[in-house]
Parts: sequence; C-alpha cells; structure tokens
Amino acid sequence: MRFIVKENRWLTKDVLLMRLMGDTRSIVRPGQFVQIALPGFYLRRPISVCDWESGEEGSLTLIYKVVGHGTEAMSLMEEGTELDLLMGLGNGFDIQADEMQTVENPLLVGGGVGVPPMYGLCKRLVEMGKKPTMVMGFGKENEIFWKAEFEALGVRTIVTTIDGSVGVKGFVTDAMKQMPGEYDGVMCCGPEPMLKAVYDLCQPENIPGWYSFEERMACGFGVCMGCSCQTKYGSKRICKDGPVLRGEEIVW
Amino acid sequence: MVNTKVTLSGWELDNPIIPASGTFGYGKEFAELWDINMLGSFSFKGTTREARFGNPTPRIAECSAGMINAVGLQNPGIQHVVEHELPEMKKFFHKKVVANISGFSLEEYVDCCRIMDKEDQVGIIEVNVSCPNVHGGGMAFGTSPESAAQVTRAVKEVTQKPVYIKLSPNVTDIVSVAKACEEAGADGLSLINTLLGMRIDLKKKKPVIANKMGGFSGPAIFPVALRMVFQVAQAVNIPIIGMGGVATAEDVIEMMLAGATAVQIGAQNLVDPYVCPKIIAELPSVMEKYGIQSLTDIIGGAWK
Repeated sequence: MRFIVKENRWLTKDVLLMRLMGDTRSIVRPGQFVQIALPGFYLRRPISVCDWESGEEGSLTLIYKVVGHGTEAMSLMEEGTELDLLMGLGNGFDIQADEMQTVENPLLVGGGVGVPPMYGLCKRLVEMGKKPTMVMGFGKENEIFWKAEFEALGVRTIVTTIDGSVGVKGFVTDAMKQMPGEYDGVMCCGPEPMLKAVYDLCQPENIPGWYSFEERMACGFGVCMGCSCQTKYGSKRICKDGPVLRGEEIVW
Repeated sequence: MVNTKVTLSGWELDNPIIPASGTFGYGKEFAELWDINMLGSFSFKGTTREARFGNPTPRIAECSAGMINAVGLQNPGIQHVVEHELPEMKKFFHKKVVANISGFSLEEYVDCCRIMDKEDQVGIIEVNVSCPNVHGGGMAFGTSPESAAQVTRAVKEVTQKPVYIKLSPNVTDIVSVAKACEEAGADGLSLINTLLGMRIDLKKKKPVIANKMGGFSGPAIFPVALRMVFQVAQAVNIPIIGMGGVATAEDVIEMMLAGATAVQIGAQNLVDPYVCPKIIAELPSVMEKYGIQSLTDIIGGAWK
C-alpha cells in the first residue's frame, strides 16, 4: 500500500512522530502494526500503530525510536516521501471481545516506545465509555512524550521515571502498587522485563491482562516463522497470532 | 502469445514460478492476498515426522540485499500436515503442490516420503538434505555425495512420485553431490538452499542470531545460485528447479538460461508478498523483450 509522509518530527532526542496519508482501511484494531519498506534495506521495519483515521485517504500516526540504520534513515525522511506499507498486521487488542468488554476500568501501561500503541487503544476505550487510566514509564524527564495527548482524551495519566525527575519515582509497577483495586484489567506494551513485572503484580489478584510483545521478524504476516514463541497453548507467531498475548497463556 | 509452460517429470506447470519452502507456509496467508492458483505450484513449509518448535529466537538478521534465518524447521509434524493442512489447502489451491520434507535420520526421510506418496495433492516430493539450521540431520545428509545418495536411494524405494533432492551450497563440490543423487535415482534436483552465514550485533558484541549462524538468502546470493545451477545442469540429465535470490522476471529467465526448468522464489516473498503475481504478470512482456517465444526453449541456453 502506497503512503505519503505528511509530517516527520522529533518528539525527544531519539523518538519521532511520523504522520502518513494513504489507505488505512485494513487496520481494524488498536495494537496492530505496519511493515515499512525502506529504500536500501532488505527487510521491512515493523512499527506499531499509534493512531489512525480509517479511510481510502486515511491518516496514520506512527511514533518510533531510532535504534539502528533503518530507523535512522526513516528519521531523515521529508514530507512528500512515498513509502510502501503492509498493514493491518497482527491481532491487536480485541476490544470487541467479550472478555475485554467486561473490563470497566482498564489500566493501560506503556514503557518507552511501548506507549504509542496504548494511545490508539485508549482513544477507542474512551469512545466505548470505559474509564481507562494510563501509566507511562520512562527513564528520565527528557524522554517523556505524548503525555498531553493522553490528558487531552480526559484520561488520568500517570508518569513514572526511573530517576524520579518527573512523577512517580521508579518503574510503572511502583505506580501500580499505589493504586490497588482501581483497575479490573491491564493492557500493556513495553520491554519484556516490564511486561513480566506487570504480570507478576496482576497475577495474584487474578486481574486479566493483555500483553503486547516484540520480536525480530522478517515477513510480519505469519509465513517465515522467524518470530515464533512458545505459549501454554502451543507455539504462536508474534506477528500473526500476536503481538498481543493473554496473560494466562504466556510462558515467561 | 508467448508460452510460459514448463514440464517437471511429466507434470506440466502453467508457468515456472514456485514459491520456495519456508517462505510460503502452507499457502493460506498468501491466498488471503491474491489467487495463488496463478502459480506454477508452491513448495510447502519443510515438514518433519514429529512437530518441531525450531531454534530459540532471535532467528532473523538483516544483511545487505538479503537476510539470515535460523528458524530450524519449525513445523506441526507430518500427521498434522496430512490431516489438517492439506485438506485446508485443497479449498484454495487447486493444483498439485511440492511437498518439502526433511529428517534427522534415514528412517525419518523414508517415513515422510512414504506418507506423502499417498497424497494425491502432492506432485513432487522435495527432499531437503540441506537445512543449515539443524544439527544431526538436515544439511549433514547433503554435504557428502555418499550420504545424499543414500537418502535418495532409500526414499525412492517407498514412493512412485518424482523425488527432487534439495541441495546445499555449503559444499566444496556441488556437482559431485548432484551426480551422486542422479545415480541413486533422483528424478530432479532443487538448488540452492541457503548459504551458511552470520551477523554480529555491535552493541552487544555477540551474534545477532541466538543459534549464532543461519541460512543467508535474498538477492545477494543470486549470482552464486545461478553459477551452481549452471554447473550442475550441465553435469546431469535430470531437471533442475533453480532458486536463490530470485526477485524479478529477468532473474527467472537468467535461471532458466543457466539450466533450470522451473524457478523458486524464496526470501523475496517475505519482503514483498506480491512478488510472485508481479513476476507472473511481467514474464510475457520480458520474454517478448528478449525475443523468447517459449520458456522451454531457453533452458540451458547459456551453456554454449
């Protein structure tokens, strides 16, 4: 699918926002991702969808971190650049599923560039009449992005920083420990140790959880088996059967 | 009107385009995107007797004009394939398929071929003796002419279907392995499998791939694959399915000029899921451009 870059700007020293225009109709759930073909690089780059407006000439918002040569090349792209994207990839957060419908006060947890997909999710949960709370974890003050955007949704937004420069000092779980009983489900994206810490906190309370994982992948649509992981219900492909796994099926 | 038909061991294909094993699953993910019946056929995910999870992740690394995989033959096992994947495949793919099988012992190869022999949907059995990502099997059988011949002889005893042995490029002399397979009764050969390679993560100063090494594929290996097809095709009298880095209709024609009867497309499917329909659509005009009436006429055309 052909997309045109409309905006590409720095949010922090290594995180950028890219807004694109194109046919976004195949994106059906928050938490899905796109695969971007970059000129000069063989494999596509998987980037989670932050937000989208569905349509033949729809808009797509991505927030990504420069971690290597591919994302570095992305960071240099100017408005008007044409890109080829595969999209509507992965299961995403199935907000229409019965289990998720029963959650009235979801706790959304994002760590670093795990924050962006929680925004598209948060927006849709608010539209459904849910009362989400957002916890966003960063290292220090100058790494924080997208806080005002969550607040603009009318959502209680809690920031944690490891050095304590802003908000709650420590990890996302330190903020969670201060709010027992305030949430009845958790949706989470971030580095694996963070996912595990959130799970360990929720598991004894039987709080249902949906955890979005990352893995090195090639195709992104379920055929190469590059990103497989083992779950309690057999092997799953992070790109196709994930990236969102249910807490109870994860083998940590 | 140009003619794109080719024939592999009596099996006529509408065109020589066959997605390669491990890059096309059992077909369904692609069937959701386009009508895969336009293909000549496809080679399904390498299947072993028992279900396998494969190697630990990360299993993928990027390279210049290519990639490394160390999946390690993840598959649901041959019984599951016969009972679930093949009947499912029948709903959306109405041609015969290439059954890619692998093993960790001679008995496993034999068992897999015996099972596939009973399946009407299978046109050819492609025996993988060249997987670089598993130990104690796979490539171990393909690295010496003797063991490759031994596998060939054993599987030929249990099947009436054409047997194509998929060869490894990770050998000193691929021609001698090819000849040994031909003498042992192989009906054809598939080449090449991936080249053993690796990448190192500069930040961690450790291999990118958990298994350290993996199979290198993609356009970067095309010249190596082409050269090996060129050498092997002249040394044997059985058909060859050429593969390795093929990404365009021009590459397909080069492969056939080197001596391939049909051509597999591998890694390119992973970065461009529409590459096969694109190649099939472009093939007639590229043939016309180079004055080719029938693809069959150009097989081995570059030999002299």
